[in-house]
Amino acid sequence: MFYIISLLTGLIFGIGMALSGMIDPAVVIAFLDVAGEWNPALMFVMGGALLVFIPGYQLLIKKRQQPFIAAKWSLNSLKALDRPLIIGAALFGLGWGILGVCPGPAVTSMLAGNSDVWLFMVAMIAGLFISQKLKQKIN
Amino acid sequence: MEFAVPWSSLLGGILLGASALLLLLFNGKVAGISGIIGGLISPEKQDFLWRLLFLLGMMGGGWLAIQFLGITFPSDFSASPMVIIIAGLFVGLGSGLGNGCTSGHGICGIGRLSVRSIAATCTFMAVAAVTVFIRLHVM
Repeated sequence: MFYIISLLTGLIFGIGMALSGMIDPAVVIAFLDVAGEWNPALMFVMGGALLVFIPGYQLLIKKRQQPFIAAKWSLNSLKALDRPLIIGAALFGLGWGILGVCPGPAVTSMLAGNSDVWLFMVAMIAGLFISQKLKQKIN
Repeated sequence: MEFAVPWSSLLGGILLGASALLLLLFNGKVAGISGIIGGLISPEKQDFLWRLLFLLGMMGGGWLAIQFLGITFPSDFSASPMVIIIAGLFVGLGSGLGNGCTSGHGICGIGRLSVRSIAATCTFMAVAAVTVFIRLHVM
């Protein structure tokens, strides 16, 4: 059941990503380009997601001791606004602003016949690998 | 001023939020795509297969959207291989260091009103907007 849920929620996520327009870097860049012909689409993507997630979290998840079919919540319990968080977010924003592609749309596009996505994925995985090595050094 | 609500983006966002909510409610896992991929690189016990299935589900969702919903994906990123690699490296490095990307911080984190995620999202949005501004209006 645990694995069926993983596959099904992944499927819903991919369909949502495709419908949202975020799979097109031009839509993302037009949202980020506040000085140009601004396209608010991404605001509606995030708004739609939070419209479901915030009340769902407050009403269904917060009061529960554990998930339906797992032993515990795998949630990050960090509270501090530390340097890795802000520097990491800034580097992520730089990469996102350069191409208009982030991890969700990239994975969703892997069977869409766009070979640039595969190049992006390889570079992104290399970046994730480097970040894990850096974190090991910091700790 | 005429304004059309991007219904497809709103619906896509609602699906993203629903997927993230169900994955957390049932499996206790966060639908943060960079985090899910990061965990595949250095997997812990019993923690590999659900990640793979979620990502395969996403790819399948993208494929279904092309076949049955008439969604068109871009056939390339209209950027040089070097730009794609640099963007991918920054996206991977940044989301790894900062513990999340648009989905993990922007939906799941903000969705449970985490101060870290709100700070990270504001940071990467601002840096991405500045990057786009420099790229399109200064360079």
